[in-house]
Amino acid sequence: MKITLDADKCCAAGQCVLIAPEVFDQRDEDGIVVLLDDAPPAEQHEAVREAAAICPAAVIEIHA
Amino acid sequence: MTAPDDDARPIAVVGASAAGLAAAEALRRFGWAGPLILIGDEPHLPYDRPPLSKQLLHGAWEPDRLLLRTKDQLEPLGLDLRLGTRATGLDAATRTLTLDGGERLDCAGVIIATGVAARTLPGADRIAGIHTLRTLDDALALRGELTGTTGSTGTTGTTGSTDVTGQVGTSGTDRRLVIVGNGVLGCEAAAVARELGHTVTLVGRTAIPMAEAVGTEIGELLAEEHRARGVELRTGEADGFETTGEGATEGEGTGGANPVRVTAVRLTDGTRLPADLVLLAIGSEPAVQWLADPALDTTDGLRCDAYCAAAPGVYAAGDVARWDHPAHDRPLRFEHRMNATEQGMAAARNLLAELAEASELSEPSQSVGAGTDHPAQERRPFAPVPYFWSDQYAIKIQAYGVTGGADRVETTVLHRDERRAVALYGRDGTATGVLAAGLPPRQVRALRAVIATPLPWEEARDRLRAATAGA
Ligand SMILES: Cc1cc2nc3c(=O)[nH]c(=O)nc-3n(C[C@H](O)[C@H](O)[C@H](O)COP(=O)(O)OP(=O)(O)OC[C@H]3O[C@@H](n4cnc5c(N)ncnc54)[C@H](O)[C@@H]3O)c2cc1C
Repeated sequence: MKITLDADKCCAAGQCVLIAPEVFDQRDEDGIVVLLDDAPPAEQHEAVREAAAICPAAVIEIHA
Repeated sequence: MTAPDDDARPIAVVGASAAGLAAAEALRRFGWAGPLILIGDEPHLPYDRPPLSKQLLHGAWEPDRLLLRTKDQLEPLGLDLRLGTRATGLDAATRTLTLDGGERLDCAGVIIATGVAARTLPGADRIAGIHTLRTLDDALALRGELTGTTGSTGTTGTTGSTDVTGQVGTSGTDRRLVIVGNGVLGCEAAAVARELGHTVTLVGRTAIPMAEAVGTEIGELLAEEHRARGVELRTGEADGFETTGEGATEGEGTGGANPVRVTAVRLTDGTRLPADLVLLAIGSEPAVQWLADPALDTTDGLRCDAYCAAAPGVYAAGDVARWDHPAHDRPLRFEHRMNATEQGMAAARNLLAELAEASELSEPSQSVGAGTDHPAQERRPFAPVPYFWSDQYAIKIQAYGVTGGADRVETTVLHRDERRAVALYGRDGTATGVLAAGLPPRQVRALRAVIATPLPWEEARDRLRAATAGA
């Protein structure tokens, strides 16, 4: 799994961090998403898929 | 497994926006391998609404930025995508949908995600210069008049781009915009219009903007920012419009090829507010008119149980759904972007669980869900921690839980000039919601825990105070 972000679209809701805190974080100043791991291990995949699905700004893209 | 004949029936999702798309994706993710139909009456691929009153209206983003998924991203879902198609009826007992072309779809399950439509005033649609703001086409038309750029919608599926023929305003000129309604939509539009240099009057029935949603003290803080940015705030109720070519119209504009144009908004107290443009931001109506089946309760949205089910095999999600949130003592309906996604996913999961259970009953040997590749899951009550945000100028407002309908609000202004504040909302002695304005989002996320499970008011208040000490 490979993750890319379209961070310009991020609305700083932080839901991805709640769901997959090992993979996503937020910048201190404006809450914009930060990718901690762009190729997370298998045990994170389900959470990452959930985070991508739930993101209210369609920021997270997963490549197989 | 080979699907029994019965499972050649599709699941249909009605409404191809945030909630409908989330439901369709979740149906696949949770294993639905049967036919899947996504029906939407707009001509566009699913797009996102929050930027309509922010980046798109401002001109910072073009419509293609709003697409929730590209055509390529939708491809693997194997959707039967019916855009520009309206559902006109549902027989709940047989799960039969009727479409505007007359087609009838006999479905295994139905998820209703038809959202809400902008409320308007009688006759307003026949007067040029009066707008609502719910759809991409609405936003482009308003933007066209504010900035003189219409752009093309660029989100249409197979039929190429749609031309937007909204009347083009005089580019770069200061226009007088009167916004009727001082809720969140009116406030966001006012902020953008001021940033674009227009003269803005924001009219509300209550003196304080957004008061109903966020309470009077947060509302007053926002009012201060709007005033400081040059918005004129007015209390009043729109009574009618004045237009070109005639005196006051009582809602009987001429229509036809050469429509009359708005020149002023009249308030019930007799005030006349001159206007080149009017935005009606007076709330919305759940899109339930097409649901006439008496088995369904459509009083203020489609009434659902705690599982988001409106009837066996019929679920609802998003702005249209009113359901029994297990943590609250009344049915709730949210018009929040996050809820649309979360509820779409929940409705999909619960529908599949119900279908799996039903197929197990009829065929006890089958241990897997009807038409799904996955083991059946249990239905789960939908019990989210609601989340909402709004952007006005540089201020971000974020809220968790339920802030409306509170009988108790405690607001702490942390820095008046920087419009930084937190507020706690409660009902019947329990804290139900928390809101932050102007705080770093990362810090606000920590406030979610304060109301994630219902806490007694005092306990939540102490936790909030501790969490924001020194903020
Ligand atoms: C301008 C604007 C700004 C917003 N800003 C924010 C914000 O900052 N933060 C926030 O949390 N929320 C915001 N929202 C709210 C958020 O956009 C909604 O909660 C979300 O769009 C709800 O998604 P939905 O899929 O339930 O409904 P909708 O987005 O309303 O989609 C329903 C779809 O179903 C279609 N439809 C209706 N009836 C039928 C039918 N009979 N047959 C076929 N199709 C039908 C509609 O045309 C529409 O395309 C904003 C909304 C608007 C309009």
